Amino acid sequence: MAHIQLKNISKKFGNHTALTGLDLDIADGEFFVLLGETGAGKTTTLRMIAGLEKPSEGQVFIDGVDVADWGAAERDVALVLQQYSLYPRYTVRENLEFPLRPKIRRLPDAEISDRVARAARTLRIEHLLDRKTDRLSGGEMQRVSIGRAIVRKPRVFLMDEPLSALDAKLREALRTELKNLQMQLGATFLFVTHDQIEAMSMGDKVGVLNHGRIVQTGTPHEIYNNPRDTYVASFVGSPPMNLIDGKLVDNRAVMAPLNFELPLPGGARTSGATDGRPLVFGIRPEDVYLENGAPVEARVHDVENHGVEKILTLRVGDAMLRATVPARTDVEIEQPVRFAWNPDKVVLFDKSSGINLRHAG
Amino acid sequence: MAAVTTSTERSLNKLAIVGVLIVTVIFLAPIYWIASTAFKPRNLATTIPPTVMFQPEISPFVKLFTKRSQLRTAPTPEQYAAAPWWERLVFDGGEKVVRSGRGEVQWSGYPSRFMNSLIVAITSTVLAVGMGTFTAYGFSRFKVKGEADLLFFILSTRMLPPVVVAIPMFLMYRVVGLNDTHWGLIILYTAFNLSFSVWLMKGFMDEIPKEYEEAALVDGYTRMEAFFKIVLPEAATGIAATAVFCFITAWNEYAFALIMTNRRAQTAPPFIPSQVGSGLPDWTVIAAGTFLFLLPVAIFTFLLRNHLLRGMSFGAIRK
Repeated sequence: MAHIQLKNISKKFGNHTALTGLDLDIADGEFFVLLGETGAGKTTTLRMIAGLEKPSEGQVFIDGVDVADWGAAERDVALVLQQYSLYPRYTVRENLEFPLRPKIRRLPDAEISDRVARAARTLRIEHLLDRKTDRLSGGEMQRVSIGRAIVRKPRVFLMDEPLSALDAKLREALRTELKNLQMQLGATFLFVTHDQIEAMSMGDKVGVLNHGRIVQTGTPHEIYNNPRDTYVASFVGSPPMNLIDGKLVDNRAVMAPLNFELPLPGGARTSGATDGRPLVFGIRPEDVYLENGAPVEARVHDVENHGVEKILTLRVGDAMLRATVPARTDVEIEQPVRFAWNPDKVVLFDKSSGINLRHAG
Repeated sequence: MAAVTTSTERSLNKLAIVGVLIVTVIFLAPIYWIASTAFKPRNLATTIPPTVMFQPEISPFVKLFTKRSQLRTAPTPEQYAAAPWWERLVFDGGEKVVRSGRGEVQWSGYPSRFMNSLIVAITSTVLAVGMGTFTAYGFSRFKVKGEADLLFFILSTRMLPPVVVAIPMFLMYRVVGLNDTHWGLIILYTAFNLSFSVWLMKGFMDEIPKEYEEAALVDGYTRMEAFFKIVLPEAATGIAATAVFCFITAWNEYAFALIMTNRRAQTAPPFIPSQVGSGLPDWTVIAAGTFLFLLPVAIFTFLLRNHLLRGMSFGAIRK
């Protein structure tokens, strides 16, 4: 198991800059999730750790050793990809044995079959061992891919959206399994995904990547409740955080273009918020609630029923606001409602930079 | 396919089948002609209208493999009785088999020409496909400076008819002593086929996800091991298709073989028609030589037919 460090990594492909000044620190035994949209540079980061790509600048350390001159084979990492990592001509067993047979770490046959058997048991794919991989379902394939990684006991597991190609039910099941597996192995995982639910539910730590830069690193709790900027706020969470332009006036949030106000006692304690500069108020939909006699009136624009809860889209003037309410709440479209927010949960962002005022400190 | 086929669709299908049959007949007719002539008695080979029904005989093949000369007088009954069955077939044609002073039958030039064809075609195919596969892999997987220009340059070697360079090639070969050698033809045919092989294999290589090799690299294999263990098996279809095309080109090449070789390294294509020269043309012997000459390509193609079908639909490999 290993401790991974990236220091000031930049990567250019021709004129295109994929990564800029990237710093990352993944502790031994940590489940680290790299979260970002398609093209944010997640896969490039992963490939650089694996040794499949060389950084244009900066250094990669594995257990404190600069591995710039190490090839992919020597780094002893395992890679699980979204697809294509199984060899179609081989059976499942041959696929699992493959990583144990290279010359540089050739194991005795007994050890190989022992490890394959153990991995198969862990992943519950023992009955598939003699099947050709093109006859597996998506979920089975992904299990075998993970098996290929765990037979080797690598220093670090790198996973590139391993669950993205699966259907929702299976994804959920494998998510739990993967997390359990990581705890059981005590291994260092770097898991890349664009799915914020995966990031929140699996990660010990999450790094949010945007346009080749790490925007924020923290526990899922920190990322969710205290996003560093409006990008993270709108990217993480489903539905995302409501972001409303406004100003702070005497412990009240005045939403400038819409002309509604919400109380924000103690908001002034946030440094730099009182000088009347334009702000963005961020509030999670679950911290917006409906109440008779609440300060602001809105109309119900849309209702999404999710079973345990309903997600309402509220319309104030021509601005939209999402609120998560209990499923039993009885509302109809175009019905007028009154809402308020939980002032403790409001996050203030600077309007021009988008930075969370608490982070700007 | 749609479960419901309309009557127009069905009649269109029938029309297509009829079309395919007609084309097939047109393509197979010359082959039938050659094959049937190879088994005809000499006097029936050139009849007009062509003879369709005849007693097949093997004498053309006997003549093909032996050296013969015209008989001035018919063989005596003793000579005839003493001759083995196959020699009688030659006597019947008004010829005799040439024997050495010690009475050994003299072979015709055909077997050695046939061997030359095999040596040259197989070696040049292996070389062209082998080098083409490696080159294509390089172009497909690595950033090569000026890749587009290089690939265009490789293709440009096919932009003029090869015969155009025959005379300079002949002169150069004479200087370096490659005239009438196996290697001379092998180098030439490999050069012709290489550009084709590179381009075809590049298409097939591009189809193989590079993730396969990367997984192998991460698992601790070297680039070479990954190439041989993972890429090559995946490229088998493409290699088979390319090999068939290269083999056919090399096997059928006529002009350069005619110019560059005359005896030791001569291949079958220039040799077969050269038989016309001795006495009256015996078309049955020429047909027999051609018939045998068709077989290797037919067998090779037949063995690789499954790969070929997939290979022809370039890039239709399942992703």
